[in-house]
Amino acid sequence: MTPVIELVNVSKIYRRYSGKQFSTLKSALLQRSILRDLRPSEVLPALNQLSFSVPKGSTYGVIGRNGSGKSTALKLVAGITKPTSGTVRVDGRISALIELGAGFHPEISGRENVYINGIMLGLTRREVRQRFDDIVDFAELREFIDAPVKTYSSGMYMRLGFAVAIHVDPDVLLIDEVLAVGDEGFTHKCLDKFAEFKRRGKTILLVTHSLGLVERFCDEALWIDAGQAREHGDPRRVIDAYLTAVEKGEETLLATTTAKAVAAAEAPSTDAETRTAEPATAESGETGLQDMFKAIEGRWGSREVEITSVLLLDRSGQASFVFHSGDPVTVRLKVSSARPTDDFVFGVSLFNADGVCCYGTNTYLEEMTLERLEGDAEVTFAIDSLDLVEGTYKLDVAVHKRDGYPYDYHRLLYTFRVKSRTHDIGIYRPHHRWAFSGGIRFRDET
Amino acid sequence: MFRNLLRLFRYRGLILSLVARELKARYRGSVLGFLWSFINPLLLLSIYTFVFTVVLPNPNPIMQPYALFMFCGILPWNWFASSLMESSGALVSGGNLIKKVLFPAEILPLVNVFANMVHFFLGLVILVAFIIGYRHWPDPSGLLWFPVVVLVQLVFTCALALFFSALTVHFRDIRDLLSNLLTFWFFATPIIYVWNDPNVIKYHRLFNLNPFTHLAVTYQEILFFPGDVGHAKWLVALGGFSIALFLAAYWFFDRLRDSFAEAV
Repeated sequence: MTPVIELVNVSKIYRRYSGKQFSTLKSALLQRSILRDLRPSEVLPALNQLSFSVPKGSTYGVIGRNGSGKSTALKLVAGITKPTSGTVRVDGRISALIELGAGFHPEISGRENVYINGIMLGLTRREVRQRFDDIVDFAELREFIDAPVKTYSSGMYMRLGFAVAIHVDPDVLLIDEVLAVGDEGFTHKCLDKFAEFKRRGKTILLVTHSLGLVERFCDEALWIDAGQAREHGDPRRVIDAYLTAVEKGEETLLATTTAKAVAAAEAPSTDAETRTAEPATAESGETGLQDMFKAIEGRWGSREVEITSVLLLDRSGQASFVFHSGDPVTVRLKVSSARPTDDFVFGVSLFNADGVCCYGTNTYLEEMTLERLEGDAEVTFAIDSLDLVEGTYKLDVAVHKRDGYPYDYHRLLYTFRVKSRTHDIGIYRPHHRWAFSGGIRFRDET
Repeated sequence: MFRNLLRLFRYRGLILSLVARELKARYRGSVLGFLWSFINPLLLLSIYTFVFTVVLPNPNPIMQPYALFMFCGILPWNWFASSLMESSGALVSGGNLIKKVLFPAEILPLVNVFANMVHFFLGLVILVAFIIGYRHWPDPSGLLWFPVVVLVQLVFTCALALFFSALTVHFRDIRDLLSNLLTFWFFATPIIYVWNDPNVIKYHRLFNLNPFTHLAVTYQEILFFPGDVGHAKWLVALGGFSIALFLAAYWFFDRLRDSFAEAV
């Protein structure tokens, strides 16, 4: 099939001018530096040698992180901006749903705005008149159509904008993340309209963060990262590749969060160490105890026994920060004791993002009789199945005396993320199964 | 560039709707509404008339009745000055459109020029009322020149509107600069004083460099002074100059076009 949209080696470079130089004509003229100042001080490549083509009649999804160049690509296709190099070719009438109701004038009525907006999007006055009733009905604004647009709610505004844009009857429809408008009912109506477009063999280019939409609607998907095409083809495959990369990105992010938290906790702990030399040791221990149930990040303790490293390990024994619900997780602590001791307890607890303790335990509560700790040692706390719902969690680890006197307490320093395909709620996900009998039947989709 | 100019012609429907919208939106919500288009020039006229007939009376007999004389010049000047003031900010305030909708950006400043032209025509109604009131009839043969001078002014104003609107996108100070320039320009044009005044004749060479002089003087000769439109040859020359200026300004606008979506 012939492509309707074709981008060949398209690059787009945004120039940034340092504020002072370009802000005033007078100074530019006075300093006779106008030509020099017109040169950009910094260039920002938004797209880099991007090529893709959309066959006629297909629905093409573009995904990627914020700032990856998706919207720039869409604007190039729409012809609103020009590429720095490369060619963009589009056949047929385009309607771009980039910002809805962009041309609305607040003071005049919805009716007049529909006309002007329609003409702006390429219709003639007569065409708008013919479609006027459809537009108003689609937007569900019949009773308000003669009120000035400034009196509309944001939802009404968007609906009217969407209704006009969709009734331009384009050959190519460009959509940039606009389905978030309106309520449930309206969103469904929009999706139905898209389906109708598809049936009629129109081409749709969809830029969105809603991966479900891409998976459901698109024939093909493209993943743009840092202005370049990372992957394209079957939507499912592209989405999976994208999600894997997102997880990896989260992993690094969580790793830095944790590293930062540990480093921050390290700084005040030097005071704590100097304080341990003073007779106020017991007091600092008490404040530690008081803090125990407050979700404040930090590290304290006498350091007679020290936790030197904390790692979260996944199934394969790799250090990780992102886990799937139900995965096995291992917490591995390395401890070292300056003096041999027989009074020591290891504890672990998990907190969710709200600071709610999801689970906490220690070796004393579990009535283990640990006899002696000397030199370096390793403690492993293995969870067979991490039955938590999706979210960000924090980990506490501690080693202390049986009476609570802290040797080394790491409070909320380790952040990890639990991912899940199910959007269930709460904190804990018990292992479960559904069963039905009698007149109930579900379609078996697996 | 010429293809873009042709495309502009295709968009005339949009220009028309936008002009109508501009006019409707301007007075929406005010009590007197469209009457302001008449009241504004009347109020302006009364203050000028008071100053120049009572406070600083001008004895030159050819300028009588003074209110009518001044009105002939101030009406086109208002069209010119408000067009430039409004259009210089048109691209910046219409930035949302340029960034999100595909349509020729030059429409925005041109719409301001046309909307002010409509105000000018409404002002003419008052001028006619004054002419009837004073029974100071213009020469009918000179009236043939009236469409010409309006057309020349339109082209000239459009040219400057395109130029300043494009420049304002990159240099926001243009707007402040322009308001001062326009004040200066107003007093440098024979609008509140007469072209044939002996004190003015001394500087005719300088005045000839001011394009608006020729427009103002032509308007006065058509609508106020008896006899031929002696300034017609200047008007024709200005017409040619305006067309050249328009093409140059359009070329300039066209060159900067791609930067608008990023800079506004």
